Amino acid sequence: MSIIGIIRIALKSLTRNKTRTFLTMLGIIIGVAAVITMLAIGEGAKKVVDDQISSMGTNVIMVTSNFTNTQNTARQAAGSGNTLEEEDVDAIRNSVDGVLFTSPVYNTFGQLKYGNSNWRGRVMGVDVDYFQIRDLSMESGDTFYASDVESGTKVCVIGKTVADNLFAGIDPVGKVIRIRNIPFTVRGVLRSKGASASGMDQDDIVLAPFTTTSTRLMGHRWRFLTIFVSAESKERIPLVQEDILNLLQNRHRGTTADDFSVSSQTDIAEAASTVSDTMTILLASIAGISLLVGGIGIMNIMLVSVTERIKEIGIRMAVGAGKRDVLLQFIIEAVTISIFGGLIGILLGVTAAELLGKYMEWSINITAWSVFLSVGFSMLIGIFFGWYPARKAANLNLIDALRYE
Amino acid sequence: MAAKTLISVRGLTKTYQMGEVQVHALRGIDLDIREGEFIAIMGASGSGKTTFMNLLGCLDHPSSGSYSLDGVDVHSMDDAELTRVRNQKIGYVFQSFYLLPRTTALENVELPLLYSKKVLPKDRHAMALNALGAVGLDERAKHFPNQLSGGQQQRVAIARAIVNDPVFLLADEPTGNLDTRTSVEVMGFFQKFHAQGKTVVLVTHEFDISQYTERIITFRDGRIISDVANPNPRNAAEDLKKLPRLDDEPLEAS
Ligand SMILES: Nc1ncnc2c1ncn2[C@@H]1O[C@H](COP(=O)(O)OP(=O)(O)OP(=O)(O)O)[C@@H](O)[C@H]1O
Ligand SMILES: [Mg+2]
Repeated sequence: MSIIGIIRIALKSLTRNKTRTFLTMLGIIIGVAAVITMLAIGEGAKKVVDDQISSMGTNVIMVTSNFTNTQNTARQAAGSGNTLEEEDVDAIRNSVDGVLFTSPVYNTFGQLKYGNSNWRGRVMGVDVDYFQIRDLSMESGDTFYASDVESGTKVCVIGKTVADNLFAGIDPVGKVIRIRNIPFTVRGVLRSKGASASGMDQDDIVLAPFTTTSTRLMGHRWRFLTIFVSAESKERIPLVQEDILNLLQNRHRGTTADDFSVSSQTDIAEAASTVSDTMTILLASIAGISLLVGGIGIMNIMLVSVTERIKEIGIRMAVGAGKRDVLLQFIIEAVTISIFGGLIGILLGVTAAELLGKYMEWSINITAWSVFLSVGFSMLIGIFFGWYPARKAANLNLIDALRYE
Repeated sequence: MAAKTLISVRGLTKTYQMGEVQVHALRGIDLDIREGEFIAIMGASGSGKTTFMNLLGCLDHPSSGSYSLDGVDVHSMDDAELTRVRNQKIGYVFQSFYLLPRTTALENVELPLLYSKKVLPKDRHAMALNALGAVGLDERAKHFPNQLSGGQQQRVAIARAIVNDPVFLLADEPTGNLDTRTSVEVMGFFQKFHAQGKTVVLVTHEFDISQYTERIITFRDGRIISDVANPNPRNAAEDLKKLPRLDDEPLEAS
């Protein structure tokens, strides 16, 4: 019997038993679609986190004051909650190897005003290096320069959220806004960065020279200094981190060793990737369960029809079909079901993922491996349970196959 | 008789093992069948008729004894040869039909042709229709088995058995589900088939049916207890003319 002939028989048998064919296919479709959708969501979430972390900047190391320790009454009485000083910035810049950029960062909130528009936003006093450290680029206009920092010019650059809220439809460049009633000229608008890993809007921001903000906006008592450092390379990060820690501990001798902490982008990335890995594993388990359920569905429907199929094989062999013919027929049937089920499953899974991405505004990332995994697994199950009764029947005594109950 | 021996069976036994119990379905059968014979096998239920037919049809293996078909020892044949014999040489009508479900009568009859190397795909349809016509079912070609009566299913099974033009036709109670008239029709068909020089062996419980054959073998408890010639078989074609057509005349109240 020719292969073509057997394929024809197999296809006929599939169309003849539409319900069985459909139910078997359904198992595969559900399994494949569920896995693809679930993993697309998981991978999408992971990608968002990855993007957010790389949006932090290049090889960023942060030195932060530990505010909790400043509850020490003696220090508070001394009038400062801050444990880091601007001299620390210079010390890091000058004596730690592998440091490319350093910038002090002062954070405050303030009322922003332009004409009749009001906005309460975050104002950061930074050095020019900050643009490099955070990989900031300009949407329009210009940054400020070292000379501005030196002379404490009242200039600033603003994020997109601030621009949108203060300047509806007007080009902000060159305009004067009031921060806590002090006029600042807008030099430029930052290119949008979206939300940070912690969900903060990175575009809701005003950057100004730290010299200006220190003298004009912030009282000495409330200046909390954070130091941003950019290491030469990713590999250097741990070393630089270590050196900064040692340096600052030396400089701060006499205070408790942990009145500041040094953390890096890598640390944050690791923490975040643990979270997103957990999520992927969770989604993958759900998908795995879907596959299993789909697989059991396939198994069920195929095992239920085993009696009938074994009888069918008996009949075919009694009228002169060879073992090879019936085995091939059954395998072709199973492969056909698996391929079509797999294709429909992929289509459905991708569509579902895209729809979720579009209407739920989830980020979706369909990976090739999820497609291969789900289709491979479903096909394996489908083909096994198509082949299993066939093999069983073909090895039975013909009469036993005919009388099989 | 000059015809050569088609089938030669010696000391054939078949024992089924049912757990502890052994069922001796056949207890030693010796039989020769010449080419072109028309034989009826009779016997009580459970006497081993179907078991014997299955062995003759190369569907099952005996527990002991020898069976040679056309001078070849069946025991020595491999799977491929047995498959070819079942497909080309033997037509088998099963006691319980064994039609494929959800498959039209025509496609059921085509089944042996699908696996035959000798039949061209384009000829299948005509051959199957022809066989269905021979059992008077060409009008039911597109019906599924569950849309056919028991008798009609039986006739589809007969059509399937003869479609490949076998030399040797085995039929296990082919008239078991048929009314008298259709039974005689089927017997007429077997007689015509036999007249072409084919060998036919059928199992029947009905004495009347056995009278259309030329040799009557009786089984009891897995043995042959009688084997007699029927030198003057009835002619089914003639009997048919005498029988009333049920659909022409209303049944008379008795
Ligand atoms: N697969 C089997 N397993 C066990 N015993 C079997 C099997 N097939 C047949 N038998 C037994 O073998 C004996 C002969 O059975 P067989 O079917 O040959 O009878 P039969 O003459 O065809 O009867 P009937 O006229 O009712 O069809 C019976 O006792 C039956 O129970
Ligand atoms: Mg029987």
